Amino acid sequence: MLDLQGIAKHFGGVHAVDGVDLTVKRGEILGLIGPNGSGKSTIVNLVSGLFPLTSGRILFEGDDISDLPSHARVGLGIARTFQNIRLFGQLSVWQNLWVAQNSRQQRQEVFFKRWFGGSAGVQAEIERTLEFFDLAHKRHELAANLSFGEQRRLEFARAISARPNLLLLDEPAAGMNAEEVDQLDARIRKMRDDGFTVLLIEHHVELVMSVADRIAVLNFGRKIAEGPPAAVQDDAAVREAYLGTR
Amino acid sequence: MDFYLGLAQVIGVHTLLGLSAYCVLLTGQVSLAQAAFFAVGAYVAAILTVIFKWHLFAALGVSAVVSGLTACAVGFPALRVKGLMLVVATLAFGEAVRLFFFNFTYQIQAGELKIGPHGAEGFRQIRYFPEHGWSTFDVLMFIWLMVAIVMACLWWLDQSRAGAVMRAVGEDEVAAHSSGINVTAVKVLAMTIGGVIAGIGGGIFAHYTTHIEHVQFGVILATFAIAYPILGGLSNVFGTLLAVIFIQGFLIEGLRFLGDWRNLLFGALIVLAMNLRPRGFLDAGGVASLKRMLFAGKESSGA
Ligand SMILES: Nc1ncnc2c1ncn2[C@@H]1O[C@H](COP(=O)(O)OP(=O)(O)OP(=O)(O)O)[C@@H](O)[C@H]1O
Ligand SMILES: [Mg+2]
Repeated sequence: MLDLQGIAKHFGGVHAVDGVDLTVKRGEILGLIGPNGSGKSTIVNLVSGLFPLTSGRILFEGDDISDLPSHARVGLGIARTFQNIRLFGQLSVWQNLWVAQNSRQQRQEVFFKRWFGGSAGVQAEIERTLEFFDLAHKRHELAANLSFGEQRRLEFARAISARPNLLLLDEPAAGMNAEEVDQLDARIRKMRDDGFTVLLIEHHVELVMSVADRIAVLNFGRKIAEGPPAAVQDDAAVREAYLGTR
Repeated sequence: MDFYLGLAQVIGVHTLLGLSAYCVLLTGQVSLAQAAFFAVGAYVAAILTVIFKWHLFAALGVSAVVSGLTACAVGFPALRVKGLMLVVATLAFGEAVRLFFFNFTYQIQAGELKIGPHGAEGFRQIRYFPEHGWSTFDVLMFIWLMVAIVMACLWWLDQSRAGAVMRAVGEDEVAAHSSGINVTAVKVLAMTIGGVIAGIGGGIFAHYTTHIEHVQFGVILATFAIAYPILGGLSNVFGTLLAVIFIQGFLIEGLRFLGDWRNLLFGALIVLAMNLRPRGFLDAGGVASLKRMLFAGKESSGA
């Protein structure tokens, strides 16, 4: 579904991502781990189109999307969350999801209805998403007034609102307590059962090991291992990368 | 009495100007070009009624379109820059437009007189209202009707998904982009709508003052335009209206007796107001508590 072919991103002298090949298969949860500064967020930013590649190319469903702007990639079905939450703070919870309805099917709605009307279908979809993320009781609250855990859930919900096929989650468990991590775990599994493909970046080792089908490991902008969770955990290079930087 | 009618006219027209800046500011753009769009509207509408003898409404329609197109054309290059650079770019554009009208002469012979804009002297004798028997009161009613229509349209826009998308762009462009919003299109569109509103305002302004010239459309007017929504807050359109009443009615007219001291106090009061209410007179919290006061007990509805 997603094919990264030798992608690289250099910020001046910093080789944040330095020639990575990676494939995410339809319907799987691919965990992407690595020490701090190894280039994980940069990969998400490249796939979502925040800045251009230094070299390499990105294929989505077989098409080269390397030169598409961010919003067009969302239209194709790639949505993301941010490591440091980025919500529309002065909009209500409800509006945050409303604004994000930009999928291909949603775009086909009649122009006037899409921008100025609130069709019943749209409202029902938002309500379902709010239910799923346990935010229904907060629908009129400003996003900025939510608790940290709620903000994380809202960001996840906003990403889902564009009906993506591929979800890029950048450390969704960061700052969560054990109970919230369990709920997140359940939600990600449910997403996969519903047919989503997920690229999950996570420091929370237990979470990745438990939900990911495969895991890829980055170090200094390069991929050093890839495979099923158990194999990766025992990989010598991976152990060294983690021990070496701590 | 005439003084108050005049003041009410000024407040009405400046509200249109402020609303044009409000619309652009929603998407996070601080534009100092609104006075230029206002000038374009003023000259276009006046030329159409005076030289081509058009009906006022048709002239206002065309001035709205021309200003809107100007704003759209400015929008594309200007929106490539952000923040302070955008302020500088729009300021430069505004000055260019002012200088254009400083040099712009287009006159025709009408009997004894020559009519039409005449460079630095400006455009005199825009006498549509007296010639067509509009009283000061009629003009006032017309101005406030236009203000009401524009406010209603913007209010409706604000409640719609389009309004939420504009605010989202203003809040966080990166997040908006990553949520599938075409940020450039939204910003250019907001600029265009702002241009249309400023064009209508300028067209009306030209006709009730009867005399326009380039100095009226300088940096001062551009600063006022953007100060209204900033001071009034972006919660809804009424903040801008309140700010215009406060600045034009209270600060400028009410404090006239202070002479030169007025300008000093003027600055100080704005700083004070911004400190007391950093998000403007009407921020989201203020609106919520107003709602509670007005509809005590009832659940507030709407998304
Ligand atoms: N916009 C940028 N400009 C300059 N350097 C950057 C930029 N973004 C990332 N970097 C650098 O690129 C490297 C990789 O950063 P990245 O954020 O991708 O790491 P990460 O794996 O997500 O780390 P973490 O676990 O801390 O989130 C770092 O050295 C970082 O300083
Ligand atoms: Mg990161």
